[in-house]
Amino acid sequence: MNIRIIDYNAGNVQSVLFALERIGISAELTNDIDKIRSADKVIFPGVGEAKNTMAYLRETGLADAIYHLKQPTLGICLGMQLLCQHSEEGDTDCLNIIPLKVKKFRATDAGEKIPHIGWNKIMFEKNTPLFQKNESGDYAYFVHSYYVEAGDYTTATCDYILPFSAALQKDNFYATQFHPEKSGDVGERILKEFINL
Amino acid sequence: MLAKRIIPCLDIKNGRTVKGVNFEQLRDAGDPVELGCRYVTEGADELVFLDITATHEKRKTLSKLAKKIARHLNIPFTIGGGIQSIEDADLLLNAGADKISINSAAVRDPDLISRLADQFGSQFVVVAVDAKEVNGEWLVHLNGGRIATAYKLLDWVKESENRGAGEILFTSMNNDGTKAGFACDALAAVSDQVGIPVIASGGAGNMEHFYDVFTRGKADAGLAASIFHFKEIEICDLKKYLADQQIPVRL
Repeated sequence: MNIRIIDYNAGNVQSVLFALERIGISAELTNDIDKIRSADKVIFPGVGEAKNTMAYLRETGLADAIYHLKQPTLGICLGMQLLCQHSEEGDTDCLNIIPLKVKKFRATDAGEKIPHIGWNKIMFEKNTPLFQKNESGDYAYFVHSYYVEAGDYTTATCDYILPFSAALQKDNFYATQFHPEKSGDVGERILKEFINL
Repeated sequence: MLAKRIIPCLDIKNGRTVKGVNFEQLRDAGDPVELGCRYVTEGADELVFLDITATHEKRKTLSKLAKKIARHLNIPFTIGGGIQSIEDADLLLNAGADKISINSAAVRDPDLISRLADQFGSQFVVVAVDAKEVNGEWLVHLNGGRIATAYKLLDWVKESENRGAGEILFTSMNNDGTKAGFACDALAAVSDQVGIPVIASGGAGNMEHFYDVFTRGKADAGLAASIFHFKEIEICDLKKYLADQQIPVRL
């Protein structure tokens, strides 16, 4: 099986590769459009800033390639946000695969810190293949200042300041706001389920 | 609800974990990756690796270590010690580090915080602040508390936040090593001062100290080294205790 991780100018793609290695899966980091198109599964990771990243994806043709993917594709963190319609981060039009909006967290009292960093509960909203081996209420690791609103394609929510999308699914596109590659055993089970799709 | 984090800290010298009551009595305490894995099993939420090596080879050994840690650990980790430039940070990011911590270099060159945040994002930049209360005033110190600066603690953490720090790791030099509890009042003041998470360090001696730091000290995470290392407190026992006290923790 060809698992390919989209390698673009975003941070920490290496972590996803290592996480797969720990569960016995070899994957390839690549920015080659043909390789991404022909992969069995694609992972679209990301730590970074929306506007510059979208500009880069458009310039390189990766945006169009991702938009037309038909195989199971997993967006992580910024990868998830970029699958959506629009982000408040830099007022950026995203890939518009999932018609939801990305908004900035705004603290409503002094105790609410931004970014949302740390372990928080993921509450399942819909049945999705990725969560078969986990339980609603399991903890996953988040680090982000922008969130995807909860909506039709939300498969799990997390509550921080307000309930937001912790995971999404639309057709072959899966996404998590948390980092499965850094979420201990919970995250490894999710990655395994994705690989087994 | 966002869980309060328990973070063991490991001091690294020449690629090995070291432990000592003070800096003169450093003992080899094993392989950092093995010790890190033990902490993960015990329920640590994150790890901090602090390199105290002072050699020219440091940069290379540190990124090699980061890569080894990233390969084996399935939770986030921060690495720090002597990071002075975008290039130093870039090496560690590419090796798989989730965050870097900067301390003295940020005080000497505050613009470094801005440059790192612009380049890698705020979530990657932890500003570590060592401060000591001198005549009723909390002042930022360098070199493990030996050199006082003119910066007042609350001014410096605000400036760090404004420049793009993603988290503050505050160590009270008055409390560090005492095992008499965290500097809760100063921590609460820091936490009120900034809108980013605060990691408390210095003074942990028993489980109640962690309860205090998450309530009175308003901290988002509690960091400690020796009590975890010498198993004076087991992380899983600590988290069960905190859960019983209605503190949200990941069990």
